[in-house]
Amino acid sequence: MNHAIRADKFLLDADRTTWHDETLWFVREKRDKAVYGVPEFQELRELASQIKNHTLSRLDLYLQEFEAAAQANGVHVHWAADAAEHNAIILDIIRQQGATRVVKSKSMLTEECHLNPYLIQHGIEVVDTDLGERIIQFRDEAPSHIVLPAIHLKKEDVGDTFHTHLGTTKGESDPQRLTEAARQHLRAKFLAGQVAISGVNFAIAETGGVVVCTNEGNADLGVNLAQVHIAAMGIEKIIPRLTDLGVFTRLLARSATGQPVTTYTSHFTKPAPGKEMHIVIVDNGRTQQLGRPDFRASLKCIRCGACMNTCPVYRRSGGHSYDFTVPGPIGAILSPNIDMKKHASLPFASTLCGSCTDVCPVKIDIHTQLYKWRQVLGEANEIPASKKWGMKFMGRVLASTRVYGLGGQFARRALRLLPHGLTHATSFNAWAVARELPAPPKQSFREWYAKQPQPAPQPQPKLPA
Amino acid sequence: MKVALFVPCYIDQFYPQVGIATLQLLEKLGVTAHFPAQQTCCGQPLANSGCERDALPIYQHFVQTFQDYDYVVAPSGSCVYHVRKHFDKLDQTAAVQHVRGAAYDLIDFISTVLKVDTLPGAFPHKVGLHLSCHGQRGLHQANESEMTPVRDGQLRRLLASLDGIELTHLNRNDECCGFGGTFCVSEAGISARMGQDRVADHVLNGTQVLTGSDMSCLMHLEGIVRRAKMPIRVMHAAEILNGVVA
Ligand code: SF4
Repeated sequence: MNHAIRADKFLLDADRTTWHDETLWFVREKRDKAVYGVPEFQELRELASQIKNHTLSRLDLYLQEFEAAAQANGVHVHWAADAAEHNAIILDIIRQQGATRVVKSKSMLTEECHLNPYLIQHGIEVVDTDLGERIIQFRDEAPSHIVLPAIHLKKEDVGDTFHTHLGTTKGESDPQRLTEAARQHLRAKFLAGQVAISGVNFAIAETGGVVVCTNEGNADLGVNLAQVHIAAMGIEKIIPRLTDLGVFTRLLARSATGQPVTTYTSHFTKPAPGKEMHIVIVDNGRTQQLGRPDFRASLKCIRCGACMNTCPVYRRSGGHSYDFTVPGPIGAILSPNIDMKKHASLPFASTLCGSCTDVCPVKIDIHTQLYKWRQVLGEANEIPASKKWGMKFMGRVLASTRVYGLGGQFARRALRLLPHGLTHATSFNAWAVARELPAPPKQSFREWYAKQPQPAPQPQPKLPA
Repeated sequence: MKVALFVPCYIDQFYPQVGIATLQLLEKLGVTAHFPAQQTCCGQPLANSGCERDALPIYQHFVQTFQDYDYVVAPSGSCVYHVRKHFDKLDQTAAVQHVRGAAYDLIDFISTVLKVDTLPGAFPHKVGLHLSCHGQRGLHQANESEMTPVRDGQLRRLLASLDGIELTHLNRNDECCGFGGTFCVSEAGISARMGQDRVADHVLNGTQVLTGSDMSCLMHLEGIVRRAKMPIRVMHAAEILNGVVA
């Protein structure tokens, strides 16, 4: 199944599509307001981009520096080559504690590694403590957005879910009351949590510390109440120095939600007395992407979600239409690196409008990478055969003036003569789903031009002074 | 100054009046453009579909056709953007580099090369300006809402200089129309929905004439307007400007 088919399913509910589009556009507009208010915003983007480029260019060294500093702080550092190793390491740490109850704050990496089902399968209770994550965990769904995981759900949907799982009144859809119900439910889970797992927004090589940005404070609460903290991070989360952090915190929340800064910016550097802290550093395909010069810059991503909020396709197709942990434009350039065949349609799920590139706080050339993935997929024969051969044919026609002229004449005549029902049959003309074809003119431009008196060669134009 | 007119394939076949208006408008501004008859296409449809390699002969044909001109002007920013940005796949001979630099969108040519940003004439209608993404974000012909709240740009200035014109204030100034080349059929559902939403913004805010400088976006939007039988006229900016300038 490709993106277009999944998108069509989403589009079937036109009102919901409108609502989804408008909700995310609202976030994009909040972002705009926040950005306009910072005169040096474009300089910050450039700075962030350069810091990330620099870091990626010597990632091995910074990772080692980070490991040494973290160990000096008394933190256990683990390295995982892939998702399976990541999951096994985490299960191991939990088992060594004899623990069975885990609380988890938001982490796209653990989603990517499918940690929850793995732990549950091994008898561990995992509770997502981020409100949005908890909602979709109840519903057994994947997040549809990296910052707003339950953005595909309306408050009524949440009401239904809480009625089923938390016993709230049927039909209750007041956000305040639903949130309060979740708060009470999560409080008990926090208190019972033995191990807290968190993601990582930034890992500072110089200090060995990790930084987690949340709006709910659930990472802090989880970590401070549990005996053990496990922070899971991709290798690309490294920044060199603590002083670099400010560049990114100024960009992250503004780009994500239009807030000046996330409510909580939590620094975890060493375990509290008598407690344990672990950091799991994960590759899972990232070094492979680092080895692709055209796509390396995708590793600069700080997961702000701005490219999703601005993407006119994402807003109308929903996050699940991408069928990948990270949806939207950035997902469409990350996913083919993981599985080119499975995700072959994603780089085509774009008009290449370029808005993603222009909102990206670390200046990833997202739309250019989409274009480049298309070429890689074309070369690898991962595009539909009909398209491939059609394009080969077109290539020959368009490289020859004569064949092109004849083809055009034929097409226009056919359009004029054939009945509307035939030229607009949607079974073989996807254009006609919602659009009329242009009314075919009697003569083409070149036919008209040939009949004009030819201009004198190379006249000097009268340029305005 | 030798100026060639590049009329993209779909304009040649379906919108000859846009090619004619472009030629005549340039003439009125003192530029006689030639139309080299051997021209075909810039190759973008193939390249955007992942078949860049099959497009290379088209690129070469394009360079051969236009290498002897100082400027290549087209009423379609998208094709120009493709020539400038993606002809990097060819060996960068002097001819290739020249053609890449010589390619101009019509409005860009009028504003940047001819340095014209006001025109005499009247167009007493409410006009909705559709910014093509490739012209705006690709060729920087207009400000972007991603960067600044100020709505400014080459075509906006030209249009605003006409007497009696009122420019529509859209809710979303620069959202993509959803054409996207082959995207319009490979993702037909999303493409149509994007186009419908774009047109709805114009209807809501009172547009009588919908215009822009990229005919590919306008072809898509016109298809939607005509299907839904909306009271909006779709015209390429060259048609408006050529019509009002004596
Ligand atoms: S690619 Fe850029 S805009 Fe998209 S999530 Fe990553 S940092 Fe944000």
